[in-house]
Amino acid sequence: MAESALDSTRPDGLEGIVADWSSDQRAFKRVSWGKAMMWIFLLSDTFIFSIFLLSYMSARMSTQSEWPNASKVFSLHIGGTDLPLLLIAIMTFVLISSSGTMAMAVRCGYARARKATAALMYLTALLGATFVGMQAFEWTKLISEGVRPWSNPFGAEQFGASFFMITGFHGTHVSIGVLFLLIIATKIWRGDFDKPGRSWLKSGAGDYEAVEIMGLYWHFVDLVWVFIFAFFYLW
Amino acid sequence: MANHAIEQAAAHTEGQQHPLKLYFTVWGLLFVLSAFSYFVDYAGLEGLLRWSLILLFMLLKAGLIVAVFMHMAWERLALSFAILLPPIAVLVFLGIMTAESDYTFVTRDTVFAEP
Repeated sequence: MAESALDSTRPDGLEGIVADWSSDQRAFKRVSWGKAMMWIFLLSDTFIFSIFLLSYMSARMSTQSEWPNASKVFSLHIGGTDLPLLLIAIMTFVLISSSGTMAMAVRCGYARARKATAALMYLTALLGATFVGMQAFEWTKLISEGVRPWSNPFGAEQFGASFFMITGFHGTHVSIGVLFLLIIATKIWRGDFDKPGRSWLKSGAGDYEAVEIMGLYWHFVDLVWVFIFAFFYLW
Repeated sequence: MANHAIEQAAAHTEGQQHPLKLYFTVWGLLFVLSAFSYFVDYAGLEGLLRWSLILLFMLLKAGLIVAVFMHMAWERLALSFAILLPPIAVLVFLGIMTAESDYTFVTRDTVFAEP
């Protein structure tokens, strides 16, 4: 468990960075190793998604063919009119809502509200599963229209490879997040987190930090979607 | 002994208890910003205006999520800098790949152009 009480003489700001990193102890004060490791994992994941988006950018900028118009490709035909990007917009709102419920779950966890925490995490998992379901629908629609990683009827051939790679990798992240949400929520619902003793998720009774670490991962998935939404769908 | 552990846990969490109102405000802002960026596409804005708006809304959303939902605003700078500064390398890579893509485009234009 991370000690919260910091020496009152420890400086803040830029001086604090020097003091923390040169303290001959752990550099990340007030943060448990679990949380620090999740942040470092998320940093590495940031690089992975950055490289995907950069390779997509390079393909799109260097191709001689016309890039498919995302606004048209991802439009839904409802009630006689084409609504551009409607499904993507709904997916965005679903994911943002799930981020909100996750933030609430973290807050309830630190307030030791066992059932509220678990319920909010189940709701987050449900919204995440909804997102993945809508993504499966979108994939099915595009595949039935003839979009393949090597060709598509709308324009530049690299479109399919970029689309399936980027959204597929993001969807995998969401799916893994849903599984972990269900595992942790179930453990909390059963009261495992209020029993004394250590496990791989807690260091003692009432240690709900795993909820916040889970939350970091979940918010990151939402964060990546913000960038995919801007660069892939709105460009 | 168990009591002691709970007290310790309570002390530890004081730092990450924030008012409910803050979370709801950020939640609402994320909805509004998403609606704005969707509207940029819906209204069919083009060129520099489209790009500056999309990037602005994207960065605001990313900032809100990282700062408030992920509690980065309340962490010590030693952690914030260690996590937030390395992605600057991505911007360098972005510059390199932009130059490279332009070069590839021009080469394809010269070599594979229809006679």
